[in-house]
Amino acid sequence: MHGQAPGPATVAVNSSDAPAISIEQVSKTFGGGADMVRAVDDVSLAIRRNEFFTLLGPSGCGKTTLLRLIAGFEHPTHGKLLLEGVDISALPPYQRPVNTVFQNYALFPHMTVAQNIGFGLEMLGRPKAEIASTVDAMLKLVRMEELKNRRTSQISGGQQQRVALARALAPRPKVLLLDEPLSALDFKLRKDMQIELKRLQSETGITFVFVTHDQEEALTMSDRIAVMAKGKVLQVGSPRDIYDRPAERFVANFVGDTNFLSAEMGSFVASTGSVRLPSGVTLSASLPEGGVRSGKVTVVVRPEHARLTAETAGKPLTGRLENTVYFGTDTHYHVRLISGEPFMVRMQNTRDQVARFAVGDTVGIELGDAALQVLRD
Amino acid sequence: MSEASDIRSRQLLTLPAVAVITLFGVLPLLVIVVYSVLKPATYGGVVWQVTPQAYVNFLFQQDIIDDTLHFTTDYLQIFARSTLFAALTTVVCLALGFPTAYFMATRPPGQRNWWILLITIPFWTNLLIRTLAVMLIIRDEGLLNDFLIWLHAIPKPIVILYTDTAIVLGLLYSYLPFMVLPLYASLEKLDFRLVEAGFDLYATRGQVLRRIVLPLTKPGIIAGSLLVFIPALGAYVTPLILGGGRHLLIGDLIAQQFGSGRNWPFGCAQALILMAMVLVALWFYVRNATGRVQHG
Repeated sequence: MHGQAPGPATVAVNSSDAPAISIEQVSKTFGGGADMVRAVDDVSLAIRRNEFFTLLGPSGCGKTTLLRLIAGFEHPTHGKLLLEGVDISALPPYQRPVNTVFQNYALFPHMTVAQNIGFGLEMLGRPKAEIASTVDAMLKLVRMEELKNRRTSQISGGQQQRVALARALAPRPKVLLLDEPLSALDFKLRKDMQIELKRLQSETGITFVFVTHDQEEALTMSDRIAVMAKGKVLQVGSPRDIYDRPAERFVANFVGDTNFLSAEMGSFVASTGSVRLPSGVTLSASLPEGGVRSGKVTVVVRPEHARLTAETAGKPLTGRLENTVYFGTDTHYHVRLISGEPFMVRMQNTRDQVARFAVGDTVGIELGDAALQVLRD
Repeated sequence: MSEASDIRSRQLLTLPAVAVITLFGVLPLLVIVVYSVLKPATYGGVVWQVTPQAYVNFLFQQDIIDDTLHFTTDYLQIFARSTLFAALTTVVCLALGFPTAYFMATRPPGQRNWWILLITIPFWTNLLIRTLAVMLIIRDEGLLNDFLIWLHAIPKPIVILYTDTAIVLGLLYSYLPFMVLPLYASLEKLDFRLVEAGFDLYATRGQVLRRIVLPLTKPGIIAGSLLVFIPALGAYVTPLILGGGRHLLIGDLIAQQFGSGRNWPFGCAQALILMAMVLVALWFYVRNATGRVQHG
C-alpha cells in the first residue's frame, strides 16, 4: 500500500542462534494506586525456534497478557522483549513479524475467506499474483479450498478456526501466537484441531506460542510448557518434566491429579535425595531445580505411581480405603492415611482382576521407584 | 391461537400507526400534490383550475411585456446553494462526529450512557432559542469576538453573523447530534478485536480505519449522513436568523411563497421538487454505499 512496507522487513535478523522470543524481566501493570493490577510480574523466558511452546495457567494468571505483550497490543511496564535478538518492546503490532490466532478468530465479516487470508500480505504491499498464490497455498494447507469465496459468516466454527489459522500463517510470521484457539470448539473438533495444529507447526516450521488453561491440551501438544500463576512463571519444562517433576505445589495441583505427603528431608546429592515418611520408611526422591532446604518438606506422588496392596507390614503408607471410583480403563482408590492425609491411587483395570479391595479395608500402599518428587516450598 | 387469527391480530396492532401515517403523512402530501397543479388565488389559497404553471415558473420567467418565457436559473441557484450548504454541513458533521462517536464507544460501558446524555442536552431547549444564543456568541460584539480581542488575537471583530459561514456553523451545531448518535450506535457494536486483528496483520492506523472500521460502520455513516443532510437541505429557522436572509435558501424560499409571495401552488411545487431531489440523491447514495460494503 505504501512505498515502504511495514512489518517483517523492518526487523532484521542479526544473530541466527538467538531464541525466537526472549522475554527479559518483563512486568505489566494495569491501573494505578490501590487498584493496580500486576498482570505479568517479572517474567523471564526464552522461547526456542521451531518450538511448540505453551503458556499454561488458570484464567487471570497473566498468560493472555504475556501473549498480547509479544503481539504488541500491550507494551511492558518494565523489561524487554526480543525477537531473534532484536528488541521489539517499543514496536507497534503492525511492525512485528508476529501474527495472532484470536480466541474468537476475529475474522473480518465484510470480507470473503480468501480476502481474509490475503489481508496481511496485502497490507505488506506484496504483489497481487504472490498474494493469490499464497492464499491458494494456505487454503490447501488448512484444507479449505472449496470455501475460498464464502463469507466468513457462512462457514462453521471449525472452518472459521482454519481460516483464522491460514490468515495468521499467510504472511509467514516468525512466531505464531495462539490465544486459546480451541476453547470455542466442541470436544471432537478440538481433538482433531489439536492434531491439525501439530501438523501445521511441523509443516511450516514456525515457532508457535500457545495459550491454554487446559492442562491435557498443553501436555499432548507442547514441546515445552511454562506454567503460570498470579503473573509469574512457576516452572518451565517439557510436558514430562512438568508432570513427573513438578517443582511447586501449584504446578503439581494444576497439572493432573496429585497426592501431597509431608516428610522429613534426609541426605541429598545433586538432584536426588532421601526422604523419611511418617511411617519411618525412607525412600529416594528427586529434588526440584535449585535444591531444597533440610527439615520438613512436601513430597508429591502421582496416583498412577502408587499401588494398593492387601498387606500393610513394611509398606511406606497405610490407611483405610474410603471410596473406589470405576473409570473403565482404570479405577481410582481414595484412601485415608493413618496420618489423616487423603491419598489417591490409580490402577489399571485388567480382565482377570477381581475386585480385591472393599471400602473399609485397611490397605497398604507401595510407591514405585522415583515416584516421589520433593517440592521447592 | 390459529395462524389466521394470529395474522389478523398482528394487522390490528399496526392499525394505529397506519392511521397516523395516513392522516398526518399521506393526506397532507396529497394536498401538496393537488395544490401544486392549481392556480394561485390573489390573497393566498388556490383557485380550483388545473395548470402546470407552478412547475413552469420554476425554470422559466414570464416576460412582463410580451408574455414570452425565458429560461431562468434563479431558483436552481437557490436549490444548488442549499444543496451545497447541506452537503458541507454533512461532511463537517461526519468529520467532527466520527471521532466523537469513536471516543464515546471506546469508554467503559458504564460511562457511555452519560456521554449519550451529554450529546442529547441541546435537544432539551427549543431550536429557535439555541439559534438566537448562537447569534449572541458570533455577532460583532459577541462572546467570540470579545474574547479574541481580549486575547489580542484580532484587532477588530470578525464579521461572522449574517454570512454563509454563520449559516453552516448554525446548521453544524443543530445537526451534529443526529450524526453522532447513529455513528455511536454502529461503533458501539463494532468488535474491537477486529481492529486488533488488523494491526496484527500489518495494517497501519489509516489502513485499519479505511479497510476495517469504515466498512463495518457504514450503516451508521449512511444513517447519520441522511439524518443530517435531509433536514439541513430544507432548514428554515437557522439560515433565516444566522444568514440574515441575504442568501435565499430552499426552506426560506418555500416559506415565502406561503407568506409574502401569496403563491401557494408555487410553494407546493418547490416542496415536491425538493422531495424528488432528496429521493433521487438518497437512492444513489444508499445504492452506492451498500454496494461498496458488499465488495469489501
